[in-house]
Amino acid sequence: MIKKFIGKRVMRNEDPRLLTGQAQFVDDVEIPGMLHAAFLRSDYAHARLLSIDVSAARQHPGVVAVFTAEDMGDDWFPGPPLVSPPPTAKDVTFHSRRQVPLVKDKVRHAGEAIAVVIAESRYIAEDAVEDILVEFEPLEAVVDLEKALEVNSVLVHDDLESNLAAQMFQQKGDYEAARQQADLVIQRRIVIERGAAAAMENRGIVAHWDAKSQHLTIWDTTQAPIPIRNGTAARLGLSEHQVRVIAPFIGGGFGPKIMMFYAEELVIPWAAKKLNRPVKWIEDRRENFYATTQERGQVHDVEIALSRDGHILGLKDNFLHDTGAYDPYGLTIPLNTQSHDMGGYDIKNYSSEFKVVFTNKTIVTPVRGAGRPQGIFVIERMMDAAAKELGMDAVEIRKRNLIPPEAFPYEHKIIDQAFAPLIFDSGNYKAVVDKALDMIGYDKFVKEEQPHLRVDGKYVGIAIAPFVETTGVGPYEGARVTVEASGKINVATGIGTQGQGHFTSFAQIVAEQLGVEVNDVRIVTGDTTEFHWGTGTFASRGAVVAGNAVHAASSIVRKKILKLASKVLEAPEDELELEDGQVRVADIPQKSVSLGELAVLANPLRGAVEPGTEPGLESTAYFGPQYGATAFGTHAMILEVDPETMMIKIRRYVTVEDCGTVLNPLILEGQIHGGVSMGLGNAYYEKLHFDENGQLLNASFADYLVVSATEMPRIEVGHLETRSTLNELGAKGVGEAGAIPVPALFAQALENAFHDRKLEILEMPLSPNRLFELLNEEKSR
Amino acid sequence: METTLQNVFDLAVTVNGTRYEQAVEPRILLSDFLRHDLGLTGTHVGCEHGVCGACTVLLDGEPVRSCLMFAVQAHGREVTTVEGLGTIDHLHPIQEAFQEAHGLQCGFCTPGILTTVKVFLEQNPNPSEEEIREALSGNLCRCTGYQHIVDAVQLAAEKMRK
Ligand code: FES
Ligand code: FES
Repeated sequence: MIKKFIGKRVMRNEDPRLLTGQAQFVDDVEIPGMLHAAFLRSDYAHARLLSIDVSAARQHPGVVAVFTAEDMGDDWFPGPPLVSPPPTAKDVTFHSRRQVPLVKDKVRHAGEAIAVVIAESRYIAEDAVEDILVEFEPLEAVVDLEKALEVNSVLVHDDLESNLAAQMFQQKGDYEAARQQADLVIQRRIVIERGAAAAMENRGIVAHWDAKSQHLTIWDTTQAPIPIRNGTAARLGLSEHQVRVIAPFIGGGFGPKIMMFYAEELVIPWAAKKLNRPVKWIEDRRENFYATTQERGQVHDVEIALSRDGHILGLKDNFLHDTGAYDPYGLTIPLNTQSHDMGGYDIKNYSSEFKVVFTNKTIVTPVRGAGRPQGIFVIERMMDAAAKELGMDAVEIRKRNLIPPEAFPYEHKIIDQAFAPLIFDSGNYKAVVDKALDMIGYDKFVKEEQPHLRVDGKYVGIAIAPFVETTGVGPYEGARVTVEASGKINVATGIGTQGQGHFTSFAQIVAEQLGVEVNDVRIVTGDTTEFHWGTGTFASRGAVVAGNAVHAASSIVRKKILKLASKVLEAPEDELELEDGQVRVADIPQKSVSLGELAVLANPLRGAVEPGTEPGLESTAYFGPQYGATAFGTHAMILEVDPETMMIKIRRYVTVEDCGTVLNPLILEGQIHGGVSMGLGNAYYEKLHFDENGQLLNASFADYLVVSATEMPRIEVGHLETRSTLNELGAKGVGEAGAIPVPALFAQALENAFHDRKLEILEMPLSPNRLFELLNEEKSR
Repeated sequence: METTLQNVFDLAVTVNGTRYEQAVEPRILLSDFLRHDLGLTGTHVGCEHGVCGACTVLLDGEPVRSCLMFAVQAHGREVTTVEGLGTIDHLHPIQEAFQEAHGLQCGFCTPGILTTVKVFLEQNPNPSEEEIREALSGNLCRCTGYQHIVDAVQLAAEKMRK
């Protein structure tokens, strides 16, 4: 029997190291002679920097250096743009303004770095930061999105005419014509505010310049080691081969760790080279709240046009998107919002314009979901509003509009975040919705249980929210698979890993191809000397894009193994089997050769090699999808609210995902659970409160509430599988799926729980306090 | 190079059964001492303000947040960190259960959870799901949504009762 590993609940290879405290994270790197950095950050959100005096800090015992923008001289220049504006679309405005290593003339958000102290210890460095004297001229802060665009607004970037960072219009069909036909047109304003990614590990970087070998080694909590390597080499005038970037174990990514280059990533390697000493900087949690990127702030003016029987005729969504002080990440997030505005529904007429707005707040780049949760929140809120107006059932109106199975591939005729046409490759959406309804027992609950509970005075609500997730986008990833003389397999890929279990899921792919055990496969990720082509872990693409590269490389190695073994065993290839690390002749199992022996034979030390053959049992392969694979899912919940305290209890939570081929259900479920917990935070607990001066009022875990074990319900996960047609594994991504529909689902459940109170929720995140206010507003109306 | 060592304290502490005697500045946090002076980097620091629980270690068998204590406060006492549970080749039953139930993803919160759970299961060998969630409520995890952690604790309890 050939062993199957794909689709099995295989335990993770990486766990023993993590469980015993032996896994290396960036802050665990110790190098003799290493110095420690601390940054002076601005208390103001918007201020002119008039003067800065670091002389006392330089005198502080134990301080080795203090650098300001001026000290960086010609090496001071902004970070590179990550994503350029779409080349193909018309009607695009885009002003690229990127973050700077250290503030030179003007502070644009609270927490922006002004100077760095490098000292013998972090304790000393922080003491010396206090000795720096800065003179500011405080300016009015640009905080509110709409006010930011008023003609007389203060400017975040003085060289621009307004705070408009970008503007783009997209449409399909003819919305205005559709609106004319409509029986019902509903308009709403929807406001979504910022949250933090709040990975448990803060950011950090260690840079070590070895002057003798002329090599720079960087340990960085990045999701994208290869671009960091390339960019750092370019900035410092080094060859890419002189720079090694290692993203070791990373304590959670969730988006912000894909951001390149953070100010600290611009400063620390430069300083290490300049001082010729290793330098470490580890972010603290307060810095993380100010200096690590955030997301979600948008204001939508939405309009939906429907026929009397609940068919959507058209959707129009004009929205503002908050990019914070700079816009290094281009249009990725608002384009994702546009791509998800129509959910999984068949909407023929769509019109949307977004404006990206500079504000004096922390920079915005993708956070798990990356614009998708906003799009889904918008469409799902409109579906609920429409159902109520039409007196239709919430489920029925959704089912009526889902894209039918025969419509795939479904072309949206707008472009997505990768500037490629938005196409949903495959799916069976109704089946997923039905399965979720079935799992949660929707009909029975609504007809039998809910009425009784209501009679007993309980506020219980049920909700169901379908959603799409564009995943696994290009451009490409690569992998190298090698059979070693020990018979073990080594696999190197360029992506970084932040807990997604790549060490195991990739090993499963290889093990199945090559007939070895999963723990005989060693996976290396995130080290540029091991593999140096690739882009990074984002957009739920690790399993899809790198997974398929691993699959492609291992199938080539399999062919090489068979070819060589056929010679050695004197048997035709199609009679050979790969099993238990051996190649056997199917009918004569005694006749076999081990992979280790073959590896040695493939790399002879003497003798002649046939022309055209390569040494070793090794292959490097790349995979780049034609376009992203789109996953679909549906979440359902039953919620109970205490009408006095507004505390909630989630009685049931069901998710059904169709993410194509599942590599490892255990890992997949874990990803979904984690996504839901973040989504629940986005719905009811986690809101970054900026005041009118651009000050963040809740920059600690005591005030910013990350969901804990007691708030989380048990989640029941169901799967359906429609293989993606875009890659050999048939996989679609799932990394962000858990988070995407939760705010939409939560709002629907609350409205259902307070069905007698005309509650309408048009904002996220809520909180118990805010819910209380909304209910009181409704009462006094 | 002059460093500020004027004011040091001769600390004697037992960590995972090994006795250490070392001069430390009074202001050094226990978490920094364990991680950077002793090289026991399994103890993680996620917030430095006592909320996330990643830095939890056992002080004379009781869970404490090592980011909220000075190293000198551990003088004459016994500290257990995650390195004191099991080894890669001989995992502690709790560690085994976490691997089997997939109770960790990035693994950053895990050491603090393992130390917390160890004491919890000693005090309550047969806990209900609700009790487990209560016991975990002081440890934040951003990756797992806690469900597999809860499963792992149940599994660990089972293993340890045997
Ligand atoms: S680091 Fe100590 S509780 Fe967070
Ligand atoms: S496993 Fe990543 S924070 Fe818990």
